[in-house]
Amino acid sequence: MQGGKEPSGAAREPGRGPRRRPGRLRRIGLPYLLLLPALLLELLVHLLPIVVGISMSFKELTQFFIRDWGAAPWSGLDNYKVSVDFDAPVGEALLHSFLVTCAFTVLSVGLCWLIGTTAAIYLQEAFKGRGFLRALFLIPYALPVYAAVITWGFMFQRDNGLINHVLHDQLGLTDSAPFWLIGDNSFFALLTVSVWKGWPFAFLIMMAGLQNIPREMYEAAALDGAGVWQQIRRITLPSLKSVNQVLVLVLFLWTFNDFNTPYVLFGRSAPEAADLVSIHIYQSSFVTWNFGTGSAMSVLLLLFLLAVTGGYLWVTSRERKSAHV
Amino acid sequence: MRRFRAAAVGAATLSLALTASACGGGSTTGGGGSNDSPKTLTYWASNQGPNVEADKKILRPELDKFEKKTGIKVKLEVVPWSELLNRILTATTSGQGPDVLNIGNTWSASLQASGALLPWDEKNFAKIGGKDRFVESALGSAGAADKDPAAVPLYSMAYALYYNKKMFKEAGVDKPPATWDELVEDGKKISKGGKWALGAEGANLSNNIHQIFALGKQHGADFFTEDGKADFTSDGAVAAVKQYVDMMGKDKIIAPGNAEYAQNQSLSDFAKDKTAMVLWQAAATTFKSQGMSDDEWGVAPVPVASGAPGQGKATNSMVAGINMAVFKNTKNIDGSLKFVKFMTSDAEQKILCESYGSVPPVKAAQDDPAFDRPELKVLRDTLAKSAAPLPQVANESQFETAVGTAVKNLFANAAAGREVTTASVKAELVKAQQQMSKQ
Repeated sequence: MQGGKEPSGAAREPGRGPRRRPGRLRRIGLPYLLLLPALLLELLVHLLPIVVGISMSFKELTQFFIRDWGAAPWSGLDNYKVSVDFDAPVGEALLHSFLVTCAFTVLSVGLCWLIGTTAAIYLQEAFKGRGFLRALFLIPYALPVYAAVITWGFMFQRDNGLINHVLHDQLGLTDSAPFWLIGDNSFFALLTVSVWKGWPFAFLIMMAGLQNIPREMYEAAALDGAGVWQQIRRITLPSLKSVNQVLVLVLFLWTFNDFNTPYVLFGRSAPEAADLVSIHIYQSSFVTWNFGTGSAMSVLLLLFLLAVTGGYLWVTSRERKSAHV
Repeated sequence: MRRFRAAAVGAATLSLALTASACGGGSTTGGGGSNDSPKTLTYWASNQGPNVEADKKILRPELDKFEKKTGIKVKLEVVPWSELLNRILTATTSGQGPDVLNIGNTWSASLQASGALLPWDEKNFAKIGGKDRFVESALGSAGAADKDPAAVPLYSMAYALYYNKKMFKEAGVDKPPATWDELVEDGKKISKGGKWALGAEGANLSNNIHQIFALGKQHGADFFTEDGKADFTSDGAVAAVKQYVDMMGKDKIIAPGNAEYAQNQSLSDFAKDKTAMVLWQAAATTFKSQGMSDDEWGVAPVPVASGAPGQGKATNSMVAGINMAVFKNTKNIDGSLKFVKFMTSDAEQKILCESYGSVPPVKAAQDDPAFDRPELKVLRDTLAKSAAPLPQVANESQFETAVGTAVKNLFANAAAGREVTTASVKAELVKAQQQMSKQ
């Protein structure tokens, strides 16, 4: 930070001593020079692994070559062909887990948004106990993911878990105690944990967004006879649009790529109904030791996410521009 | 001045980054092992006891003994099971591993294929007292048959049938079953009023494989052909898987809840008098930690169809256990071999195996009276006469995942009350086989 101040100071006093000539070069060059370490580190931390991953995806990288993976035989597009051959088992399983992930992401992000927004609007008015509720709502966000998900795993156990105890034993809502960690219900178990974990973030961001809406607008609307619903529809939601755009994108990326939740809940082999793409790729790479195919799947996932994110940003930025005109 | 400092910081960061990247890559060359640091060793021990701390307590005094003897300091790290394989893979890829490590013996051939472990040829074996000191079946689980072993057996275990004496008495069963028919018959007597006859860990892929492998042998199935190709769909394999899952679905002697067990919950049920039998390896220490005294449970060989365990179709256990391996690019090859010699010496084998409740794979150590307990006698006999190592093929890890998951799915179906048929078992196994890559 200290170094960064210099060029602007130098620019304001161009006539300071004999070092006048390199001033221009310094003015343009120094910021870049100062950015260089960060840029190089960024290259090392992010871009290099991506490049390595892409090169791995073109190789037949199995346990025979992990020690010296540079020597693994080139396999061209084979790994990609296997991954997208939806009639063969590997591709079919990948497609299945992709579709599961899409459904899961849409539901999870939608619910997180809905609950988070509702809670934020509800807590906008000052009332007794608001501080307590705020803190309470943020607890899931502050807990370590691992511990929280393990606890959920215990609660979802069929015979000794709290969920069945309440649903079946106490409320009698089900005929027999259902399984939550195996079979089709596992999707809903995963969704529950994901929403529980994700909505406080939406709540937090929405609360921050709501602070920026002037109170006068509500007062004026109320004077004009607008009810609560109309206020929310006409003032709150439109004012939160840009906050929402960022929030939905971030939640989408986090949920789509979430690895910790399914891994802690189900271990290295998730039930089919809850086989998210991230864990599926992990299994292809690290459990069945087929790193080449796993890399190809990762690259495909990266391309998909880039396309979705790019498209989303394009649409939203166009909306923003037209709104400003 | 400020500018200089900024530039210096930048340069330092850059050089650090470059060094870091240089360390990360390029270290996969060489790998014959050297003696560059003869005074220290790093040892990754697998978690054997009830927890990591217990392991440290058992191992530390022995490591100190070794230091006193040789002057070599051993840095110990106990790695939990769930992390061990990933840690080994990372160490293999980066070349930054320990000198000596424990591996699960079913991984031997897979890790051997990576070329990261020191091969145990005649010369290396001679340095630890020769190959003949070890039990043959344990050596069979140390790598592919046509290659020098990739590791040395350290602790051996086998499966046995543990039974809850009180529950047997209550149900009027006077002796443990020797055949599967007897087990199902007795099981039906026991499985009443919230009590169940047999425990299973339906969601634990490795445990599924261990059970299915022994049953497969009894049905004449090997799961791999002679030349190492996956063969999961033979009639014998289908029959074995069906027999196992049927104990829950058809015979109803395994509680449906066991379909989601993967954390040894069936052992707690056993200790709480809810489940009368478990097929397990060296369970004594766990029962003790669950508050069961030694006279509350009994032990018998795992049933076989004929009633008399032996080789081939009378195989009733996999060769279970832990092997000890040396990383090929160790910086202390002589010290590593000395350490393996120490850990597999008769005296240390007695101490370690007694602490862990396992059977020494070293023949001479087995004669110690400490291993004369009824439980260990059964395990020892099984290892010597009727156990077989899991297929020692490079893609054993894939087999565990693919077939283990198939069994898990079938258990989930049985638990949900859906019928498990020969056709549905075969369909799951076909899917598992298709997932195996073409290696």
